[in-house]
Amino acid sequence: MELAEEKLDEHHLDEKEVVDVVVRFAGDSGDGMQLTGTNFTQATALYGNDLSTFPDFPAEIRAPVGATFGVSAFQIYFGAEDVTTAGDAVDVLVAMNPAALITNLEKLVDGGLVIVDSGAFTAKNLAKAKYENNPLEDGSLEGYRVLSIDIHKQVLTAVEPFGLGHKDALRCKNMWTLGLVMWLFDRDRSATIDSLKAKFASKPAIADSNIAALNAGHAYGETAELPTGIHVYKVPKAKVAPGTYRNITGTQALAWGLIAGSEIADINLLFASYPITPASNLLHELANHKEFRVNTFQAEDEIAAVCAAVGASFAGSLGITSSAGPGIALKAEGMALAAAAELPLVVVNTQRGGPSTGLPTKTEQSDFNMAMYGRHGDTPIPVIAASTSIDCFDVAMEAVRLATKYMTPVMLLSDGYLANAAEPWKIPAADSLPSFSVEHYDDPTDFRPSIRDEETLARVWAKPGTAGMEHRIGGIERSFDTGDISYDPDNHQKMTDLRKAKVDGIAGDIPLQEVCYGNSSGKLAVVGWGSTFGAIHQAVKRAVSEGLDVSHIQVRYLSPLPSNLGELLSNFEAVIIPEMNTGQFIKLVRSEFLIDADGINKVAGQPFKIGEILSAIHKKYKELEAVA
Amino acid sequence: MNQALPTLTLKDFASDQEVRWCPGCGDYAILKTIQKLMPDLDTPKENQVFVSGIGCSSRFPYYMNTFGFHTIHGRAPAIATGVKLANPELDVWVITGDGDGFSIGGNHMMHVLRRNVDLQILLFNNEIYGLTKGQYSPTSQIGTRSPSSPTGSIDSPLSPCIVALGSGSTFIARSIDTEAKHLTQVVKRGHDHRGASFIEILQNCPIYNDGIFEQVKDKKIAPDFRVEVAQGEPLKFGKDQEKGIVLNRDSLQLEVVAAEGNEDKLLVHDESNKIQAQLIAAMGGPDFPVAVGVIYREEKTSFIEDVQAQVETARSSKGSLEKLLNSGHTWEVD
Repeated sequence: MELAEEKLDEHHLDEKEVVDVVVRFAGDSGDGMQLTGTNFTQATALYGNDLSTFPDFPAEIRAPVGATFGVSAFQIYFGAEDVTTAGDAVDVLVAMNPAALITNLEKLVDGGLVIVDSGAFTAKNLAKAKYENNPLEDGSLEGYRVLSIDIHKQVLTAVEPFGLGHKDALRCKNMWTLGLVMWLFDRDRSATIDSLKAKFASKPAIADSNIAALNAGHAYGETAELPTGIHVYKVPKAKVAPGTYRNITGTQALAWGLIAGSEIADINLLFASYPITPASNLLHELANHKEFRVNTFQAEDEIAAVCAAVGASFAGSLGITSSAGPGIALKAEGMALAAAAELPLVVVNTQRGGPSTGLPTKTEQSDFNMAMYGRHGDTPIPVIAASTSIDCFDVAMEAVRLATKYMTPVMLLSDGYLANAAEPWKIPAADSLPSFSVEHYDDPTDFRPSIRDEETLARVWAKPGTAGMEHRIGGIERSFDTGDISYDPDNHQKMTDLRKAKVDGIAGDIPLQEVCYGNSSGKLAVVGWGSTFGAIHQAVKRAVSEGLDVSHIQVRYLSPLPSNLGELLSNFEAVIIPEMNTGQFIKLVRSEFLIDADGINKVAGQPFKIGEILSAIHKKYKELEAVA
Repeated sequence: MNQALPTLTLKDFASDQEVRWCPGCGDYAILKTIQKLMPDLDTPKENQVFVSGIGCSSRFPYYMNTFGFHTIHGRAPAIATGVKLANPELDVWVITGDGDGFSIGGNHMMHVLRRNVDLQILLFNNEIYGLTKGQYSPTSQIGTRSPSSPTGSIDSPLSPCIVALGSGSTFIARSIDTEAKHLTQVVKRGHDHRGASFIEILQNCPIYNDGIFEQVKDKKIAPDFRVEVAQGEPLKFGKDQEKGIVLNRDSLQLEVVAAEGNEDKLLVHDESNKIQAQLIAAMGGPDFPVAVGVIYREEKTSFIEDVQAQVETARSSKGSLEKLLNSGHTWEVD
């Protein structure tokens, strides 16, 4: 499906002061673009802009130098107003070589600034990027402002005093470039200098060289005679609520949310996982925080990971496992065991492009159906989705709450974009976090493993090691009354109904669906779930500012759905649902509430652009007005 | 608190569930032996956990009046690892079969052994798939006629003990379902072992593979077909212990010789000798007796001990959520 895209009003870089800017750093996967972007993000946060980032890197770890498929990019959108996406179009493109230029130039706005390292535009590199002529010389960049600098040469001069070899010296290119971009936006270099000192504490020559390169890039901006119209741009600070802030990626927020959940509930976590892109970082983050009630286990495969988690839950800890689509597929049987045995389990799916290996480093929402239905038997489980990097923190705590309170596996959906994207986060006070508790059953009087809470329908959690609680459970259907094996037809009906009723009942224990922007009734509702939040939010905000009657509804609870969602949607004349899949959630909405809804679907491995959603809003709005 | 554990008997470890194996199944004997030895183990009943996969043998936990988890096919070692990681105090047993442990669950078996997770793994090897009605298994002999191999199976069987050895297992033993005394001794030694103890139990399936171990089980002929290995003892077998095993040092092969006159040449069992264990574990008909007993044992810290050590180091100063959330670069907005 071809998506229409509207160009948004762009401020370009015409004025000395601009409201918001998108900068994209692009280079070889070995050029250190992610590190450059992360440092620029840090400086931008400290400056006081709101921001959102989008690391966009290839699956190849070290592709051949100069290859187009090895280009790694880091995009950051920052500004004076609330920023929820990494930006539609790029204002400043940093291209460290011809491959980075050819693969990223189309993202640059007309009149945008492109900074290139002319030292990398050799015949060999041009050929690798399939340029017939040198674009720096053939006039093909005429529509842009070009800052062509031989960064190779500049860096070698800057780091000469530190005696590095040629190769190591050239590795400082990224810091030189970062220095220049920091000058361009008046960023403070001190945080980067501190982090370089810390990172290379045992290699002072490398630290000094990188710092010298950073300072030299900055000095170049200050002193060199630059083409007209290239100067320091001021981006006013964003107006944000007072408090202490930090940058956080979705992965970090998710890990910390799980830790917070375990602290709140006073329960141990066993996080069992098998490495897979883009989910592995969650394992790395938690493996570094065993000072909390967290233990991690790198299992031999995805199945062992979910099984170890289920085993831990049986033993009284909360088992958590994590993967991306193909790995989650392998865990299906283990999840169903947890559902049958009624044990808590959290399964985190950091979705990526599929099917099969698909696009491991790119984002998608195509595992919705698998999350909802991807198990054998009638096996409903709660499914919740994070909508921003920050939201991962709250959703992770909620997953811990639901899994332990209802003795059920819970699927938490994130995606490759959320996992890697960073945004500033107002750090909550630890004592302001929600509170919930977990109790292990220990009353031996007439004990059966099938004793359940009448309200939640959750079975008791009696852990091994507690005298008088000895019992057997398993995957075979169990008697509702005794918990022993039962092949009785009526009992199976009853247990199947019970499993459904338990999950359905959670609808009474979650917030009612709210409208996150706009009115709670009206002409058009744009309904999203997951990481489409940012683009929908900006598109709806712009539509509303144009005077359109549009609202934004973002659904966190996908199973069970909020009890008022159907009624809320019926208050709108029309509903559109953007998804990064071919239309999965929309089918649930249509079948569940018998309402019409239009899908906006993008399966390109890239997040939605604001302009794409805005265009769909305009189109639908016109249709509605024509009917009226 | 040096409180003595209450005195328990076999009955305390039998659950109220009706045992549903086929009449004559070797599993009955194993169940009885395990129930009987439980009171002798220095572990409170509430700390005993039996985890199983799928198959006839995997029904075992239902019949033990302990904690039990009957899980999914082949995954018991992974689930048991999770149980033990969550609570190292627990005494965790894995009950599995040849199909469960070495076909669908082969990968987990390999890894649980190499990690040396503190578990007792009892492999009920009947060389057949019983619960699915008699198909050949990864330990079935070539030529096994079964519903899925009507003209005889063509896959070579694997030897569980050899695979365990290759996987880095630190305790490998073999015993026989109906040999209660021998099985008890072997299981108790496995229980005392630090790390994973792997015990292959030759188990008769009277329905689909009846008599497959008759040579090593039949009291009349067994002496010629099995050798009981014991630490420091020469490998002798036969009704009158008239035969022995020697190592031909030129060919590096074992040979059967007359015990008499060869006493000083007979191979002396050394549980810590891995190369020798390899040769002994591989012995079998028609030329060699099957070795039963503790074939290999190695002292090594267990996975759980190492995990605990790392966790304890990390928790030497308890984590503070407030500190975590405010770690790294932060900034104030007024």
